[in-house]
Amino acid sequence: MTSPTTRPRRRLRLSTREALWAYAFLLVPLAFFLLLRLWPALQSFRLSFFTWHVDPDQRVFVGLRFYRQMAAEIAAGGDLYKALRNMLQYFVIVVPGQMAIGLFVAVLLNSVRRFKAVFRAIYFAPYVTPAAAVAWVWGWMYSVNFGVFNNVLFAWSEFVTRLGLPFLAVDPQPFLTSPQQALPAVAAVVIWQQLGFQVVIFLAGLQGVPREVHEAAEIDGANAWQRFWYVTFPLLNPVIVFSLVISTIATLQLFDQVVNINFTDQGGPLGSTLTIALYMYQQAFQRFQIGYAAAVTVLLFFIIMVVTVLQLRLTQRRVEL
Amino acid sequence: MAAVRTAAAAAPAAATRAATRRRRFDPGRALAYLLLTVGSVVMAFPFAWMLLSSFKPLREIFRFNFWPEVWTLANYQEVLLGTQFPRWFLNSLVVAGILTVSVLFFCSLVGYTLTRLRFPGRNFVFLLILSTLMIPTEMLVIPWYVMSTQFGWVNTYWGIAFPGLIPAFGVFLMRQFFATLPRDLFDAGRVDGVSEFGLFWRIGLPLVGPGLAALGIFNFVGNWNAFLWPLIVAKSPDMRTIPVGVAFFSGEAGTAWNLIMASSALAIIPVLVVFFVFQRQIIEGVVLTGVKG
Repeated sequence: MTSPTTRPRRRLRLSTREALWAYAFLLVPLAFFLLLRLWPALQSFRLSFFTWHVDPDQRVFVGLRFYRQMAAEIAAGGDLYKALRNMLQYFVIVVPGQMAIGLFVAVLLNSVRRFKAVFRAIYFAPYVTPAAAVAWVWGWMYSVNFGVFNNVLFAWSEFVTRLGLPFLAVDPQPFLTSPQQALPAVAAVVIWQQLGFQVVIFLAGLQGVPREVHEAAEIDGANAWQRFWYVTFPLLNPVIVFSLVISTIATLQLFDQVVNINFTDQGGPLGSTLTIALYMYQQAFQRFQIGYAAAVTVLLFFIIMVVTVLQLRLTQRRVEL
Repeated sequence: MAAVRTAAAAAPAAATRAATRRRRFDPGRALAYLLLTVGSVVMAFPFAWMLLSSFKPLREIFRFNFWPEVWTLANYQEVLLGTQFPRWFLNSLVVAGILTVSVLFFCSLVGYTLTRLRFPGRNFVFLLILSTLMIPTEMLVIPWYVMSTQFGWVNTYWGIAFPGLIPAFGVFLMRQFFATLPRDLFDAGRVDGVSEFGLFWRIGLPLVGPGLAALGIFNFVGNWNAFLWPLIVAKSPDMRTIPVGVAFFSGEAGTAWNLIMASSALAIIPVLVVFFVFQRQIIEGVVLTGVKG
């Protein structure tokens, strides 16, 4: 047996050994997070204060010039203004839309027993498919002359006219070619694609609501709607907050669908579908305005941070009430 | 004794069966099935339409008929033989493959270290990784691109892959899994003289199999679909991944919607197949990162 005097030293050595192993294990991952995540983020801040040049020594400090340029662009109602306005519109349509439909589908799924897995898979399938390719399919369906939607509208109008109800007829719609309809049309694609994510999250949340609570409420005479609104909904709150934050962040960063659904006029028509991410991409990689584009990403960073913090604050206050 | 149990169980079982039979006429549930079916048709329709259009010759694609009058494979032939689609497929496979290996190894190693090893600064490391989740990708792509041009990473597999080597969400997922393992297991291993790496590799990893499956497949699909960064860093046509290749090909195909639909189908169908095969793991990955992570 070891003598009492050596025991503390040995224990110390063991814990030091464990710590050293831990640092060895974390060496590569920490280098990754520091050099390829945190450092580039700080670099974006830095770049937004300098004119761009390949040689770092030739970059000239210009202070807040690019931020003033952004302010001027917003004030003049330029593309940045449109991107921000669209961001708000996408947010207002996509986030409540996919959360409400997602919750509704999850409640339906939770109430059935058979084919639950099949239904869940069908609703989730669009989420795993490449948004770029999916956007092309939707672009074809939205086609003014040859698309599914207008052909259905045309067939419907013919049908009701033959029935003698011409007032029910609907004219073909311009969809992606109209500055008014393009954004809702893209938003519908985004909702379709991300709906499954919401369904899966909400379904998991619903399955976590204990059956006894429901039965107790039922015995107390609560009807189905009251049971949902006063029992299920409050218990789902953490899941709803998570879903709100995740879908908001995804919506603020929209890019793939917008680029591909109108590839020849990205963000168009007339900037009506433009997003911040696309605007940044155009400025940095098509016009090579690196410093200005970096400033745009800094703006996006703060928007996402403020919105996320606000959402967490507001929803948490609701829990306390 | 078995017979007694069966007989005793038979009566209530019959009663339940009768109850379920009665419940089958529940109008609420029937309505739920109806709505779910209608919704499923809406969800699946774009895929069906894409697939059917991809088998139509060009002259038929501009006429509105749901079912092709003439079925043709010419569109697929043209996309597969007349474009670099096979190369894009290979590129996507290589990039997503490299990343899957890296993600599985490093995310579980970090997850293990953060839960099973005690060392000063553990919380700091955790918070540091957590804080990187707040950084939007848009903010990183410009410095990544500057870096890639400096180091000659543009148009290389490494260049496309490096940003995704260790995703923070994967670290949290694996951390959850390792946190559920009993500490005694590792202490016992230590007493038996297993090395620290052996404790992770031979004792820890085999016990988090479901986590690895969920993370691996979910992450593979995510990398397969990635668009923004590959679009930026894969400049030459032969280095494009599938989503980028399809985007440019379709942009150049103009009104050849039959070819665009065939290329979209070739981009979408493989992921759908992977999804339906590994459905359980993928959905589990979403649930675990979402509800518990």
